[in-house]
Amino acid sequence: MGETKDFTLFRRTKELENELDDFLNKISEGGLAFRFGVQIYMNHGPTEEFEEKLYHVNSLENTADTLRRSIETKLYSQTLIPESRGDVLGLLETLDSVLNLMEGALWGFSIETPDVPEEFRRDFVELTDRVVLSVDELVKGARAFFRNIEAVADHNHKVMFYEKEADKLSTKLKRAIFGSKLPLPNKVHLRSFVESVDNIADQAEDVADRLAIYTIKRTV
Amino acid sequence: MDIAVIIFLTSGLFLGWALGANHLGNVFGTAVGTRMIRFSTAAAICSVFVVLGAVFGGGGTSETIGKLGAVNTLAGAFMVALAAAAAVWIMTRAGLPVSTTHAIVGAIVGWNVFSETWTDIDSLVKIMTGWVLGPVLSALFAIALFFSTVRVLRVLKLHLLYLDAYTRLGLILAGAFGAYSLGANNIANVVGVFLPASPFVEFRLFDLFTVSSAQQLFLLGGIAIAVGVYTYSEKVVHTVGRGLYTLSPVSAWVVVMAHSLVLFLFASEGLERLLAHLGLPTIPLVPISSSEVIVGAVLGVALVKGRHNIRWRTLGRIGVGWAMTPAIASAVCFIGLFILQNVFNQNVYDTPRHQVTPAAAERLVREGLPPALIARLADQTFESSAQLETAVASSRLSRGDVARIIENSQLDFIRVEPLRLSPKEFRWMSAGQMYAVYRIAGQTFPHRWMFAEALARESKDWRPGANAVLDKPRNRVLHDRVEVLARLFRDY
Repeated sequence: MGETKDFTLFRRTKELENELDDFLNKISEGGLAFRFGVQIYMNHGPTEEFEEKLYHVNSLENTADTLRRSIETKLYSQTLIPESRGDVLGLLETLDSVLNLMEGALWGFSIETPDVPEEFRRDFVELTDRVVLSVDELVKGARAFFRNIEAVADHNHKVMFYEKEADKLSTKLKRAIFGSKLPLPNKVHLRSFVESVDNIADQAEDVADRLAIYTIKRTV
Repeated sequence: MDIAVIIFLTSGLFLGWALGANHLGNVFGTAVGTRMIRFSTAAAICSVFVVLGAVFGGGGTSETIGKLGAVNTLAGAFMVALAAAAAVWIMTRAGLPVSTTHAIVGAIVGWNVFSETWTDIDSLVKIMTGWVLGPVLSALFAIALFFSTVRVLRVLKLHLLYLDAYTRLGLILAGAFGAYSLGANNIANVVGVFLPASPFVEFRLFDLFTVSSAQQLFLLGGIAIAVGVYTYSEKVVHTVGRGLYTLSPVSAWVVVMAHSLVLFLFASEGLERLLAHLGLPTIPLVPISSSEVIVGAVLGVALVKGRHNIRWRTLGRIGVGWAMTPAIASAVCFIGLFILQNVFNQNVYDTPRHQVTPAAAERLVREGLPPALIARLADQTFESSAQLETAVASSRLSRGDVARIIENSQLDFIRVEPLRLSPKEFRWMSAGQMYAVYRIAGQTFPHRWMFAEALARESKDWRPGANAVLDKPRNRVLHDRVEVLARLFRDY
């Protein structure tokens, strides 16, 4: 009786494992698309190619949402990983919020089409790179949480590092913007974009902090 | 079937119910406590495997029966089982995992006191040894198993979901195995006493296999245990699973495995026989019970993972429960026997008299007891074993020697009259055994051991095996059968 139940359980386990991997893939893919989107905007402005990237991130976000809901339902309806499912849920939801922030930032560029002067463009791209690196490490950390718990700390450490670097650059960029001769409304407008990009790294750091606690809880 | 047997059977079934209610916690407590397995699933698996263990694994005899055998009237045995069940039930109400064997031994002590029978202190010492040895051994095993599991998991790097699935499977398998052993080892406590009086008739099922009357009786007992599991076990499950210490799923598995391993290595005759069979040295069997072992295993893991989170109050309550179980059982038994005897006019004990007959004297001297003492005792009649013990108290004999004098001098007056044999005895006796009984027909024996020796002289089928370990089951069966015949032939 117990046995047959468990063989079907393994099949479901495989399905769920695939869904989890898929979800994490969407987040890291979102990071890559986000980086290309910002690069394109900085180099060519709100072109069709940029809009394409925006829709790419948008559809990734939708798929990630669907996957997350499906995983959550399975975890609870099949009473799987009873001790860690609350944590896994928290992790998925906060990871999803990172993707939401990236999507939101791109929508901002698309709707408000800020005019970014030439001298700030390189730093904007550089900031985006650092932010996406932190998101990348976060996704690796999340993967390690499921497969190789001891590696989580390494990835978390890198998330923190890239977040600090992003903070430094965003401060530098904001100083440069407010030090420039642009009219105040433009300065304020640009600042909001610096913050919307930098926020993504901050959120990644918050998720990494949670992950650290979940990891301690998960040690046998 | 005698109405008295039916009434007595109810007390055995009550004991089975109490046992099931108390022992689900031992096999599935940690699994349910960590929410890895639902209570209803655990109860279902446990019930099925308890019944399977009882019917197919129950040897039908156990030492506990041997002890119960000393309780020599039906009313007395009824009270012993009832008192033991009451003690286990009270502890289950309090949510404490306790040992059924200890409750039975406690109840027998109550009967001994009431019937002025000498109590073998060894069985009491055994109980107390179990209280210490069980937890210590299993805590050590749990710690070792915990560290090796952590190491293995570190190498395997299992996905969280697979770790979860494997742990669940491990818990289910370990629990099912535990439930099977539970049924196999305890069924004798529950209905074993009725074996000679089993009302069931052997039949064949679908023409495939034969279901013996013993197996039908065991099935009944197994069902009683299963009902206990379903109806009353949640409190103890909670105490073992979460009350003492909050375990993680993997450590829950470590606990159950350590529990099964310790019981298998130190309390299983199967392994002892296997080792002896292979010519290897055997591990000494220690008197530990499942409940003592499971508590020790939880403590072992807790000590390694973080002492601060152990709920010492719960542990204290469990300890008090262990001490109180035999005490309650013996008190309930004593009071119950008094009521049975004086209110219901039941004969709750036959006190066998003791006399060192010439044959007994010769045997005792041969076994190394001081001839002067034996000569002094010779031909005196003692009304009870307690009286005999008082008579030899001044001689500073060892407990074993006192037990030997008491055992060998018990008067039974057996007259072998084969006409008293019923179809039931004809069914289990071999041709050789039957031959021996007819050969000594008409003879009388003052002691049971003389009867056994006479039978053994006549047929090798009555001769106990020489190997203490390998022949243990056979010798036990022989002993029980001599006992059955001795009762049948007792000359009133």
